[in-house]
Amino acid sequence: MAELLSGNAAIARGAYEAGAVLAAGYPGTPSTEILENAVKYKDDIYLEWAPNEKVALEVGAAAAMGGTRSIVTMKHVGLNVAADPLMTLAYIGVEGGLVICVADDPGMHSSQNEQDTRNYAKFARLPIFEPTSSQEAKDFVAMAMEVSEKHKTPVLLRSTTRVSHSRSLVELGERQEHKSKGFQKDVQRFVTVPAFSRQMRLKVEKRTAELKAEAESSPANKIEMGDKSLGIIACGITYQYVKEVWPEASVLKLGFSQPWPDDLIGKFAGDVDKLLVVEELDPLLEEHIKAMGIECHGRDAVSGIGELSVSTLRESRAKLEGRPAEKPAYENNADKLPGRPPVLCAGCPHRGVFYALTKHDVVVAGDIGCYSLGAFKPLERLDIILCMGGGVSMAHGLDKAGEKKKVVGIVGDSTFFHSGITGLLDIAYNKGKSTIIVVDNRTTAMTGHQDHPGTGRTLMGEPTVEASIEDIGRACGIKRIRTLNPYDQQATQKALDEEINADEASLVISKAPCILHDRSGVKPALEIDSELCKNCRMCLKLGCPAIEASEGEKPSISSILCTGCGLCRQICKFGAISGGENE
Amino acid sequence: MSDTTSVVLAGVGGQGILLASEITAQAARISGFDVKTNEVHGMAQRGGSVIAQIRYGTKVHSPLVAKGEAKVLGGLERIAAIRYADYLSKGGLVAVNSQMMVPVTVSMGMGEYPADAEKMLRDKFENLIYIDASEEAKKLGNVKAANVVLLGALSKGLDKLSEEAWLEAVKISVKPKFIDLNIKAFKTGREI
Repeated sequence: MAELLSGNAAIARGAYEAGAVLAAGYPGTPSTEILENAVKYKDDIYLEWAPNEKVALEVGAAAAMGGTRSIVTMKHVGLNVAADPLMTLAYIGVEGGLVICVADDPGMHSSQNEQDTRNYAKFARLPIFEPTSSQEAKDFVAMAMEVSEKHKTPVLLRSTTRVSHSRSLVELGERQEHKSKGFQKDVQRFVTVPAFSRQMRLKVEKRTAELKAEAESSPANKIEMGDKSLGIIACGITYQYVKEVWPEASVLKLGFSQPWPDDLIGKFAGDVDKLLVVEELDPLLEEHIKAMGIECHGRDAVSGIGELSVSTLRESRAKLEGRPAEKPAYENNADKLPGRPPVLCAGCPHRGVFYALTKHDVVVAGDIGCYSLGAFKPLERLDIILCMGGGVSMAHGLDKAGEKKKVVGIVGDSTFFHSGITGLLDIAYNKGKSTIIVVDNRTTAMTGHQDHPGTGRTLMGEPTVEASIEDIGRACGIKRIRTLNPYDQQATQKALDEEINADEASLVISKAPCILHDRSGVKPALEIDSELCKNCRMCLKLGCPAIEASEGEKPSISSILCTGCGLCRQICKFGAISGGENE
Repeated sequence: MSDTTSVVLAGVGGQGILLASEITAQAARISGFDVKTNEVHGMAQRGGSVIAQIRYGTKVHSPLVAKGEAKVLGGLERIAAIRYADYLSKGGLVAVNSQMMVPVTVSMGMGEYPADAEKMLRDKFENLIYIDASEEAKKLGNVKAANVVLLGALSKGLDKLSEEAWLEAVKISVKPKFIDLNIKAFKTGREI
């Protein structure tokens, strides 16, 4: 019987079956579970979490240049970090197969921007595969690996949230072993000095023409002829939605989408009366088809913002047919319901730092991770978020630009290793004065607790060196370095006072494990004595989901959610909260 | 027309929606259907409002349920079902756990939790099962099994899946030491 696998688990299986011997990546929703699932195959595949995506790609690229098959995984914004090696790797090419799996997040369920990775395929002149189900996710890894080896090019595999995180049935296959001859020295091939790169540039064009021919006949591209009055070209997951919204229409499904199979597209367009392109995010294909001189519908009916679905495409169909869209049977009355946004978890160690920061009139630059939730009410202690590691360098930028308020940068432990270190080095080298806080919860929490260079464990479960953030700070040249326990509010306040007011750069490590990851710190739930409680609602300023208060009623603590961290007990001026830490 | 059945489960991150989704999908797979599910990961899971979607039938295309299409809608918290009511088909079955979880927005005075949540549900849905699944789970020894109690109640609206398929799905979806608890939880919900 077929197995029910997520798209990410299927990609991992595909890498195993295709004979990959190395897999590297950096966690990022929705790509994370590819490598987590690949751990099942650690007897056959060497696996690692790299400190960032650039490193992951360089590791995977070298493996492939050495003749072995490898995969590299990341989310769309991670590909920006890896863009530098990607563009040149596209020139050099590979010897063994290399599949770069990039998961896009249309609709930004867990991302800071929307990005269409197909642009990178065009930009770097690389082929790209777009699976539409878990079965295809597995099969396309093998197909991409074949194309990669045959044409000596890295190949992109673009997943999206609804492929990565949906589950569907998959027929498993056997692993195919691939023998490597090892690295073969060839300076003109592997050394990108300008004289050689100019030659490579010509090869890229030749390769692109060959790949186009490959795409024309690839089984990943398929015409399903139906009613000829409307032909739809669907890319990636949109195929599945199209089949439900226009079950009668003719469909050209593009799974191997770039270089565009122009002949196939032209033939299909010629066979139908009207052509519609359904693609998520950017109108790359629509623009290409129009440039070919073929008329088509696209953005005039299909949204380019957010993700598509059967619901949104039903509206597109109504629009094309000039009729109003049908309304669902029930309204969700969202305006009558209280919002339920994501929040810092009950017992989260970051809450102690953010609460302490509410006592300071400073500008706080942060980055991407659980702590980005510190930007929301009632804490509201993050003022800027740009990108991973950006909190560190942006604090420095504000400081050097003469910002009147003191500036603080916040970075997580995983993001510190990812790209915070270079910012810290910049601060030390260029004599910055900002205060950098590493909210160190000993894991990559937001994506579901992956290891990193500070955890002392590898992805394959082996013990390893535990990189010290303090030592790295010292090596960068930071003189003021201190570590604090964010659950101890008084000590945290005092430390922040001193560091923020110091006239030199400082590195503060707020260290306590993520309470979801390491349950050893969980204590019995706290309680509020309603006699002693004056209903001043100070405890609610923590934004802890375990402290509940309906309108007019005194706050109470949910015994199911409370982890006994004791932060609220330290905040209460009336001693109304008891239990938890130190008691 | 397509014979695909759609199910939507909604609640708050951490309530066990993914497990309930897994059990439903496995019950459909065991029954010989094509199955697709869709789940929420990453930031949205952190105490936020979460939905899982399951679709099964002869051939399933979209992993996402379209608005107005779900045959059953489960709410693991008092108002979770209202938040996603637009996914339900006319007259579809709704099962709601009467437990109340106050969102931080309400605690901070930025919103109001509807005092008449039960009435809102009864007014909106003609086919409603409103039960205290958390209390039932507590009686069985673990309040965390409320998700499976609610699933048991919901299962009555999914007639193509037999009780045997559901129980088999529970067995392969939970850790061995929790099998008995979850079997009991499922049966409790199904008998309500």
